[in-house]
Amino acid sequence: MIQVPLKESEYIVKKGTIIRAKKMTALEKFFEISLAGSEVLDHEPGQFVMISIPGIGEAPISVSSSPTTKRSSFELVVRNSGILTKALHNLEAGDVVGIRGPFGHGFPTNILEGNDLLFVAGGLGIVPLRSLINFVIDNRRDYGKVNILLGCKTPRDMLFGDEVKQWEERLDVNFQCTVDRSDPDWKGNVGLITSLIPGVNLDIARTFAIVVGPPIMYKFVIAELLKKNIPERQILLSLERHMKCGVGKCGHCQIGEHYCCQDGPVYSYDQIKGKHEAL
Amino acid sequence: MEKYVVLKKKDFNDFIAKLALMQTVVAPVKKGKKSFAFQEVTTGKEIALQYIPTILPPKKYFMPQQETIMKFNKAKFEWTPVLEYNEITIFGVHTCDLAGIQCLNMVFTNKPKDINYIVRKDKITIIGFECNAYCDEFASCAAMDNHIPNGGYDLFFTELNDSFIIHVNTLMGEKIIEEISLFSKANDDNLKELEELRTKKREIFKNELNTKHSDLKAVFENSFNSKVWKDIGAKCVACGNCTNVCPTCYCFDIKDEMNLDFNTGSRIRVWDSCQNEDFAKVAGGESFREERANRQKHRYMRKFNYPVDKFSRYFCTGCGRCTRTCMAQIKLKETVNALAEEKK
Repeated sequence: MIQVPLKESEYIVKKGTIIRAKKMTALEKFFEISLAGSEVLDHEPGQFVMISIPGIGEAPISVSSSPTTKRSSFELVVRNSGILTKALHNLEAGDVVGIRGPFGHGFPTNILEGNDLLFVAGGLGIVPLRSLINFVIDNRRDYGKVNILLGCKTPRDMLFGDEVKQWEERLDVNFQCTVDRSDPDWKGNVGLITSLIPGVNLDIARTFAIVVGPPIMYKFVIAELLKKNIPERQILLSLERHMKCGVGKCGHCQIGEHYCCQDGPVYSYDQIKGKHEAL
Repeated sequence: MEKYVVLKKKDFNDFIAKLALMQTVVAPVKKGKKSFAFQEVTTGKEIALQYIPTILPPKKYFMPQQETIMKFNKAKFEWTPVLEYNEITIFGVHTCDLAGIQCLNMVFTNKPKDINYIVRKDKITIIGFECNAYCDEFASCAAMDNHIPNGGYDLFFTELNDSFIIHVNTLMGEKIIEEISLFSKANDDNLKELEELRTKKREIFKNELNTKHSDLKAVFENSFNSKVWKDIGAKCVACGNCTNVCPTCYCFDIKDEMNLDFNTGSRIRVWDSCQNEDFAKVAGGESFREERANRQKHRYMRKFNYPVDKFSRYFCTGCGRCTRTCMAQIKLKETVNALAEEKK
């Protein structure tokens, strides 16, 4: 066996330094990362990166920050759910990680321009959706009405509380939130996120619904959106899969003839409607 | 003009010995009563010319079961992408396995290209070998249109009565013929004998399935809700043998291996199988193919349906390995026929 170094490879990782780390909830931790040599990640809202720790492994994580927020760094939120993410939770500011990407097709921000937007975020779905919400808010005049529906399990699971509060207070954003299970201090809605959809006032022809949440949520949310007659091509979804390579080879993220890591993770509903095992 | 040369059977051992001096030669070797494997040989006597498809296809040389893609030094945070290869000649590749290599080539040269695969492939010389008769009842190479050579080799051997006739397909093939001066130009009698053999083959090799090659995709496109999958799922033990031995299964996992110094190590890619329960599992615990029936269906769809959309080609070569190796007696020919029967 001959082993030679390669100059090019799809697997090269860049050095990323954690410049801020913060525990958000019992399970989620926030990381702000900057690439070595002031390199810009140059991502689109909705894309993901592969993050790695040498000796532990690599995992796909959505970028949560908007490219409009800062150029010099980007933000991730990591749920402690596997070997790599558990190890990530032990890292703090100053530690280094490997970064590959960004990968995939993000949200089509240019196509959304001039249209009304209905954001539907369930649970961790707010993490990738936040990149688009903040992108839209930073370019607010390019978009029509902005509606945000946010759902989480309990008030304690809510991520980005301060930012969410700002969205809530903005006059140019309609914001609604619901929790599955309330606690004594909660004064807002209680119930599934689907319960918020019928009440939203939409101009159907020019509304794009952008939905991100756990796999189980999609069927129910899509059914509600279709009841409101939102055209299928105007419903955008980001699908979760466990990508291992990010370059359309390893097979883990395959949906029919699609590789979610390259063709997705963002799809319009008409692209994947009826596709076996997509939703 | 197509170039054919002839090698006398008595010179075969000499040919392999000389070839092995040029570069490492791997070829089918008998391992058990009905089992064969590609491994290194230095003489022609070691080679089993009449063999049924080897346990593992030549895929193992193009896409090793385990391959280092990066070396790292954790303390220095240094990563070095690496490429592993061997300069080898594979002798005796059947037409089904040539088709398998063609499928893998399509996958790994599809953008973004896989540089490790592409460089490694170019270091391998391929010498095909024709099957003059069926290997066994599990093959469906005629149904998949892979029983007659269709490119993908440097040289291609066909056994005639007292010689081998060899199609010289590439410059690399020509170089071998020139350097090993045991070959003579094929004459009209040789070419006629080859043509007769192929005609006879077309009589022996008949579509082993109840469906035309061009109609197979439609059978699978319309079979997502078939009961056949339930029956297969009930039998399957999810061992992953079928995907390991498949010449066109290329799914992999990427893992890190730390050396004993707990500082340096390797990032490796290893064969993975869509038959494993956690293959399509995501962080929240949801699996998109929890049932064995769905995982088997996925495997078949990846041979007969999805690749046609993506690469305009079936990814089943008809080699029959998945059937031969299956511990639960799931038989590819039976599956396809049952699905097609349902649609009639």
